[in-house]
Amino acid sequence: MNLRAAPNFRAVWAIYRVEMARAFRTVLQSIISPVISTSLYFVVFGSAIGSRINEIDGIAYGAFIVPGLMMLSLLTQSISNASFAIYFPKFVGSIYELLSAPVSYLEIIIAYVGGAATKSIMLGLIILATPALFVPLRIEHPFWMIAFLVLTAVTFSLFGFIIGIWAKTFEQLQLVPLLIVTPLTFLGGSFYSIHMLPGIWKTVTLFNPVVYLISGFRWSFYGKADVSVGVSLGMTLVFLAICIAIVAWIFRTGYRLRN
Amino acid sequence: MSSIISISGVTKTYATGFKALKEINLDIERGEIFALLGPNGAGKTTLISIVCGIVNRSSGTVTVDGHDIGRDYRAARSLIGLVPQELTIDAFETVWATVNYSRGLFGKAPNKDFVEKVLRDLSLWDKKDSKAITLSGGMKRRLMIAKALSHEPRVLFLDEPTAGVDVELRQDMWAMVRRLREDGVTIILTTHYIEEAEAMADRVGVINKGEIILVEGKAELMRKLGRKQMTLELRAPLSAVPDGLSRYALELSADGSQLTYTYDNQSDRPGVASLIRDLEAAGVQFRDLDTKNSSLEEIFVNLLRQEP
Repeated sequence: MNLRAAPNFRAVWAIYRVEMARAFRTVLQSIISPVISTSLYFVVFGSAIGSRINEIDGIAYGAFIVPGLMMLSLLTQSISNASFAIYFPKFVGSIYELLSAPVSYLEIIIAYVGGAATKSIMLGLIILATPALFVPLRIEHPFWMIAFLVLTAVTFSLFGFIIGIWAKTFEQLQLVPLLIVTPLTFLGGSFYSIHMLPGIWKTVTLFNPVVYLISGFRWSFYGKADVSVGVSLGMTLVFLAICIAIVAWIFRTGYRLRN
Repeated sequence: MSSIISISGVTKTYATGFKALKEINLDIERGEIFALLGPNGAGKTTLISIVCGIVNRSSGTVTVDGHDIGRDYRAARSLIGLVPQELTIDAFETVWATVNYSRGLFGKAPNKDFVEKVLRDLSLWDKKDSKAITLSGGMKRRLMIAKALSHEPRVLFLDEPTAGVDVELRQDMWAMVRRLREDGVTIILTTHYIEEAEAMADRVGVINKGEIILVEGKAELMRKLGRKQMTLELRAPLSAVPDGLSRYALELSADGSQLTYTYDNQSDRPGVASLIRDLEAAGVQFRDLDTKNSSLEEIFVNLLRQEP
């Protein structure tokens, strides 16, 4: 029967619009505050301290950290946008409406993850525009830059969505971003090349997935990478696949949604 | 096919091992107002949540207008509007935005005129640009109803619709439910206010401890299980019920001034007319008499008492 199979595009659009409206309603929190904090990083590490640091891989330090800073906010904002978007209705109870609506799981994911990813991509581009005023930036592989940007935003929005469904309290909602994602991002080569690390740490750091994201992203800017770009892309796709698998499992079992 | 919702063999066991529903079989007829009565924790909300797709069932099948809620969930769910018990709305959205969102979520094309009509019917039109957080409790309840009606459902679930609602809103709500029924909408309401079921329902189902213990037309239920009482105000107090009247099992009040006769429609106790003749014969005179039907509430309490 046609009615059964027909995708509910109107629902996707309705959810997406509400999510975007929330971003503009809370523009201070969702756009301005990450821009300010990134600018602060840039001013402190890029200009004040960075002026005393030599070039890395032939790139001025101020320019070197830009891709890492973008990734830093892309990761944290994707996670917080998506986790909050699904946690909040769960918390106030208004999720009943979503669960009782003729919407497929795929449509729910597209709408929420699409909304969260759109917001963080917009934010990433704004953040890119800020240091462009201070340091000479070049983007050697714009297609791959956009590809990494979108792929990372989508992957980590999915990851945030999972956290939002898993979390039972606001504390848990903050737990993963604060205790895992932020340290991994800082240790993922935002501010340095992993070749600068002493022997053993260079190996340890290869277990950090964020290293691959930042390295690949930086390659798209300057053509220089800590690990080969193919590996970066591969690792990003692996993480995306893991998130998709977890989400599929959540939806198949109704985990913390329909029980 | 006259039933619009058909529930068969539905059970729900939560992860904790708690059996919320034990094998529910229930058919809701098209166009009726069905009241699901039961004490707190009986399983009313769980049952509704399963039909609406909010909670997964452990076993059993449910169809809505012939559409299986699992296999054919889009068709099934698009027919249903749900007004949950709790006031759960995104507090920062405006009334207009949130009602249109609901309509979109259920896949209906935008229709400003229809949404306007829903809001006007529920006296919310003046508040359309207000954020939900600024509304009073009664207004929020109306908003929840507006959201449920925004997508033109054929079946409306009202879970405890008048809990904590003032008299005026309750009257409005009852009037609205009757209007919807005239338009052919099937209405299922859960309540533990029995007067609500008594005032509105065509049929009543009683659920207790996860089992449906009775489903009956309201009128038949009242007739079958309803008791009647006749109270006589005596001219002169009696010290004891006269011997000739023993077969009526009359109750004499402590001060001897009132006699009460309890009878029901099924029992073979003799009728009121013969009691009055026998009273006359025994020389008992009365000043006034009063009869009353037991309410659904009393019926309900009696039913639950009979449960093992």
